[in-house]
Amino acid sequence: MILMKIFNRTNISWIVLFILTYFVLEGLTWAGIIDPFYEITVVNIFINIILAVGLNLIVGFSGQLALGHAGFMAIGAYATGILLVKMPSGAGLIVSMLVGMLVAGILALIIGIPTLRLKGDYFAIATLGASEIIRIAILNLPDLTNGAVGISGIPLMVDWRFAYFIAALTILVVSNYIRSSPGRATIAVREDEIAAESLSIQTTYYKNLAFLIGAVTAVLAGSIHASYFGVINPGQFTFNKSIDILIIVVFGGIGSVTGSVVAAVVLGIINVYLQQFGALRMIIYALVLIFIMIFRPSGLMGNVEFSLSKLFKRPQDVPGSIENMEQEKGA
Amino acid sequence: MLAIDDIVVHYGVIEAIKGITFEVNKGEVVSLIGANGAGKTTILNTISGLIPATSGTISYKDKPITKASTREIVSSGISQVPEGRRVFSGMTVKENLEMGAFLRKDRANVQKDLERIYKSFPILKERLTQDAATLSGGEQQMLAMGRALLSDPELLLLDEPSMGLAPLFIREIFNIIEEINQRGTTILLVEQNAKVALEVSDRGYVMETGKLVAAGPAQALLDSKEVQRAYLGG
Repeated sequence: MILMKIFNRTNISWIVLFILTYFVLEGLTWAGIIDPFYEITVVNIFINIILAVGLNLIVGFSGQLALGHAGFMAIGAYATGILLVKMPSGAGLIVSMLVGMLVAGILALIIGIPTLRLKGDYFAIATLGASEIIRIAILNLPDLTNGAVGISGIPLMVDWRFAYFIAALTILVVSNYIRSSPGRATIAVREDEIAAESLSIQTTYYKNLAFLIGAVTAVLAGSIHASYFGVINPGQFTFNKSIDILIIVVFGGIGSVTGSVVAAVVLGIINVYLQQFGALRMIIYALVLIFIMIFRPSGLMGNVEFSLSKLFKRPQDVPGSIENMEQEKGA
Repeated sequence: MLAIDDIVVHYGVIEAIKGITFEVNKGEVVSLIGANGAGKTTILNTISGLIPATSGTISYKDKPITKASTREIVSSGISQVPEGRRVFSGMTVKENLEMGAFLRKDRANVQKDLERIYKSFPILKERLTQDAATLSGGEQQMLAMGRALLSDPELLLLDEPSMGLAPLFIREIFNIIEEINQRGTTILLVEQNAKVALEVSDRGYVMETGKLVAAGPAQALLDSKEVQRAYLGG
């Protein structure tokens, strides 16, 4: 019964997709198409997937605009940067991730508990402020963080396979959360806070839970970033980085995990392709974003999720879901 | 069953409810009628714990619930259908209904209650997998009521169920309200549409700017000259 619940259609769809993609990537690496240069792009895409999926849980599913995702990423990067130099081992990497998650989790609650009680833009401002505080704290703690110079020579423990695994894990965690009972409650709070409250859903609690999960996943992205590139400095985690992640979320579709994944991949590829245009790159990038928002205002995927069964279904069946068919059989 | 004793509610410095006392007995349909801004919705929100009371007590089954959280109040058997329908768009009709059973652990009984709700609201069963936002106003009101009923309440608080609905739908909604009551659920109804509300009620209270101005059996209020002139249009 429990196995049935874990291996439901959506999870099987995702896992099948993950395994297929893994072998494709493994094949491309073996054939030399993903060379060390392109591997950087691939890992960056995975990092962006982790960040965007986590942020989508906060912005898309709990409906709270968060503008400080880079701050939590910085916590992960610095936790790994500082600890991995002292403990250069696989265990050290895991420990550093856990420490980062703990620090980010506590910080998320400190920001979330007072501000998520309020309606309006307080939360957006508070997260924006918090991420700047994190960055400036890092700048001004040279003994711990080496200040503006940053940390270099971090042991490179991470390859694309590890980044891929964590990205897949993040997708599974978030897509399962939104279909769980707390996840449904979170969406209910987004849709109508008063109605949710009158059904005894503790609105502040579920908003905080989504924020906490999102913040903790950003730590993972930061850790991978630190241990893949080996160099971190506070300039990598500015407000611009938070906005970059938000762009991926909006571009893919607010409230679609699939959308965030697709957008991270598409924008990653566009970025590589545009490098040949030099200075024109940013203009073209901006134009692409503007055109997509004009022609697909709800993002690439809207709020649609990926599922294998939808792919193999005749178009006229799509509106009635699997559940519907089972209902009809039962009736 | 529910006793409200001298309750006062403030919004900031504004006194919205100026000391109101009334009660709802088990098995009754009681309606609270009055014009815009009389404080009807405020009373319901105070009962279900969404707004704190400044003073006074609310007790349910002889236990005080004035300071209780919404969660405690819902699990003690009071369920509110908020004003203006408020279904969760972006969720299917079925998911909306299931949210009503959020606190319940007895899945088998939830399934039974779902079947009962499909009987009361056959249209919902036809629309189970549709996005709740695609329902018509009347259907959304039914969905909101079905959702509240799924928490298996003994006391149902209905806030303006007739708002913005076509007369035909109003008739249907109020037939269902009577039906729900006959199955044993006590109902406290807040309405501007005084005539329809009093017709299905056992007793009624009339509110005016935060105070009760009349009370009595529903039929007596319907016949009363004063209520007729003020609320029933002559």
